[in-house]
This record gives sequence, structure tokens and C-alpha cells, in this order.
Amino acid sequence: MERHFDQELSDLKKQLLKMGTMVETSIFESVEALKELNVERAIKVISDDKAIDDLENQIDECCLDLLALQQPMAVDLRFITMSMNIATDLERIADLSVDIAQRVMDLVGKPLLKPLIDIPKLANIAKQMSKDALDAFVNKDAELAGSVILRDTEADKLRNLVQKELIEDYMLKDTSTVTRAVPLLLIARHLERICDHATNIAEDIIYFVKADVVKHHPERLEGNN
Amino acid sequence: MDNQVKMRAQNVDFFYGKTQALKNVSLDIYANKVTAMIGPSGCGKSTFIRLFNRMNELVPHTALRGKIFLDDLEINGPLVDAVDIRRRVGMVFQKPNPFPKSIFDNISYGLKVNGIKDKAFIEQKVEESLKKAAIWGEVKDRLGDSALKLSGGQQQRLCIARCLAVETEVILFDEPCASLDPISTTKIEELILELKKDYSIIIVTHNMQQAARVSDYTGFFLLGEMVEFGKTQDIFTKPQDPKTEAYITGRFG
Repeated sequence: MERHFDQELSDLKKQLLKMGTMVETSIFESVEALKELNVERAIKVISDDKAIDDLENQIDECCLDLLALQQPMAVDLRFITMSMNIATDLERIADLSVDIAQRVMDLVGKPLLKPLIDIPKLANIAKQMSKDALDAFVNKDAELAGSVILRDTEADKLRNLVQKELIEDYMLKDTSTVTRAVPLLLIARHLERICDHATNIAEDIIYFVKADVVKHHPERLEGNN
Repeated sequence: MDNQVKMRAQNVDFFYGKTQALKNVSLDIYANKVTAMIGPSGCGKSTFIRLFNRMNELVPHTALRGKIFLDDLEINGPLVDAVDIRRRVGMVFQKPNPFPKSIFDNISYGLKVNGIKDKAFIEQKVEESLKKAAIWGEVKDRLGDSALKLSGGQQQRLCIARCLAVETEVILFDEPCASLDPISTTKIEELILELKKDYSIIIVTHNMQQAARVSDYTGFFLLGEMVEFGKTQDIFTKPQDPKTEAYITGRFG
């Protein structure tokens, strides 16, 4: 039986997907801006963030209305609480893209310290994890969500590698590199944080689909032996 | 601490004539907990709770298979007195049913029927019961008035007090708020939460939010079977059976 409520839930899902697409663009653009050291692209990431913030507010309001007016239960309740969490994580991811764009602007006009190798790798992981988390949401795919969570360690390792290299090979050896090394160090940190938020989203999706709490319980995740 | 079982239904089948209303239902009712029965009309939930104080045997052409226990006593056993069971397992119905007597007499009636004559004791019991049912303050100055003058919500609390006066142990509520306004409903719900400290409570309700608010355990009934039973927070956030999920999210059809 199709309920009127189903239409409202479907509208909520559409809003989240719209936000997800905007956030994916934001990550992509900030990474491209970095690769090209392109000020215009960086500025656009920063200015586009307002629309994402507004959408987060709309989604929150929509969720609160549904909670208050429909008193949802079971899968509906899980969907709405998950949506609120996902909107928060997406907004944070967008903020981190803005942070990356701002670091790009710090770097513009200065020669790159070194060719970018690991940071683009990390950026690819961050983009793919975010994309897969959203795909898992669209398709209610707990397995894909699980794979997102498992990839987070890879991101952590890569961030550590970048950090170690920048500190030990550059900053400690030649302090004049610090102004160019710190933005890269922060960018690696921002990208790794994006992966953390994608992981949160994936954990929420598993709760929504299977009612299993895997947050802070990685041992409950299938395939994590 | 493990829950103590106050009442137990064991493989219960129930028939109205040839129609089977309950199919192999087994369930433990825990002491000092509220157990809610939910399910669509005609699913057997009211029939089921009426078995706990032998109310169904007042209906002709019915038959029960299986056993029901109150503590260790099989309540349908040959030497068990139905009236004694109904004293120990009280019932509050959908429509308040005070006796057409004074407020005082409504409460003292059960005591007198049980052979108690000590006036001071009766007065004390009446006051105590009305206080426990959270209606004393509203009626203490007019105990001689007819109970029928009370509002619906007050009448319902009076009926609860009537159960309490005879030292009941279990209270069965069959849609106790169905004919009450939201404020009276809240009072009854608060009262149920208060009463569970001293009594074991079973409630049948069509109001899912009410079941969610007041109960510790919930059983979902469908077509005479108990589909799912579990902790209320689990039933309402992550039911295991798709039929339970369909019912509580209103997708039934």
C-alpha cells in the first residue's frame, strides 16, 4: 500500500541525493583546483558551499517535520534519522573541500615542493569512498557500504605516509619549505577526514538497511577478519 | 537481573465454535513490566488477554487448548476458582464501566464481596486505592456522589482503583484509552508507568505510539498467531519479521 508518507520520504531521498551530487562536485573541483593550482576553481568551490549549507538546513527541517508529524517507526524511523546524519556528514565533507580550496589558494604562485603523487591517490580514494557511500544509499547496498568502511584504513595509511614524507624529507631538513609543505600536509589531513565522513555515512546506511550497529564496532562488519 | 515470569501462556489454541481465534500462542508475562499486544482488529489480541483472567469462559461455545499459569498455578485447573483468578488478575475495559453506585461503593464493593466487614479497614483501602489510581485529589470531597457523574477519564481511573482495592497482582488493560481525550490518555499512561512498580501489566492497544510509550515488551498478533515478541524498543526500531514492520509502519494492505 502506497502511503502519502512514502511520497514525503521519497522527496527527502531526492534532496539528499541532490546534496550528495553537489558535495561530490565540491570534492572533485577542489582536487582539480589543487592539481592545476587554479584560483578560479578554488574560489568557485568556496562560493558554492553556501548552497550546500542551505540544503542541509532544508533537509534537517524536513526530517524534524516528518518525525513530529508522522511519528515514524522501524525502517521509516531509521531512514529519517539516517538522513539527518548523512546530511551532517555531507555538509562536513563540503566544508573540507572548502578547506582544501583555501589551502590551494595558499599554494598558488609558489613552485610546488614536489610532484604530487600520494595526495592525488588519497584524493581518488576520498572521491571513490564518497561516491560509493552515496551509491550504497541509493541502492540500499549494505555490502558496498561495508567496503567503504574497510577502505578507511587505506586512507589513514596514505595520510600518514604523506605527513611523514613532508615532515622528515622537507620541513626538518629545510625550514624554508614549511610554507609550502604545511598546506599540503593539511590537504592530506582534509582528504583523510573526508574519508572518515564517508565512513560515517556508510555506517548509517548499514544501520538503515540491516538495523545493525557497526559504528565503533568494526568487528561486526562482514569481511573484516 | 533476569525477569521474573508472572504469567505464562503455553501453546494456547482458542476456538469460537469452529473458528480458531488463536493458534499455538506461547508467551511469558514478566513481573513489574508492561507488556503490550498490538495487531489489526480481529487478530486475537483481546481474546488472548481475556484468557489471563478466564473472561472468555463466559462466552458460550468456546474452547481452550493449552495452559495458562499465574505464578505456578494453572489457572484453568480443576480446583481453581475463576472468581479468585479475576481478583488476582484485574481487568480494565475500553469503555469505563463503573457500577451505578457511589464512588466509595465502587471501590469498597470488591472488598465487601470478599467478606471484609471492618469499616476502618475498608475506608483506608478505598483511600489508598484511589490515591494509587491518581484520582483521590479529584474525588475525596465527594465520595458519596454517583460514579456515573465522573468524566470518562476519571471513571477509567476509578475502574483501575477498583482493581487495586482487591489486591490484584496483574492488571489487564483492553484499549483503556480508546474512548478518552488526549489529556485523560496521558494520565492513564502515566498511571500505568507508575503502577508497574507494584503490578504486572498487559495492555491491548491500537495506538502504536501508546504501546511504544508505555510498554517494556510488545507482541504483534496477526490472524490468531503471535508473529513477533520482543523488547518494545526493538520491535519499534528494528522488527525482525517483515509482517511486523509492515504493520507498525502502516504499510499493511
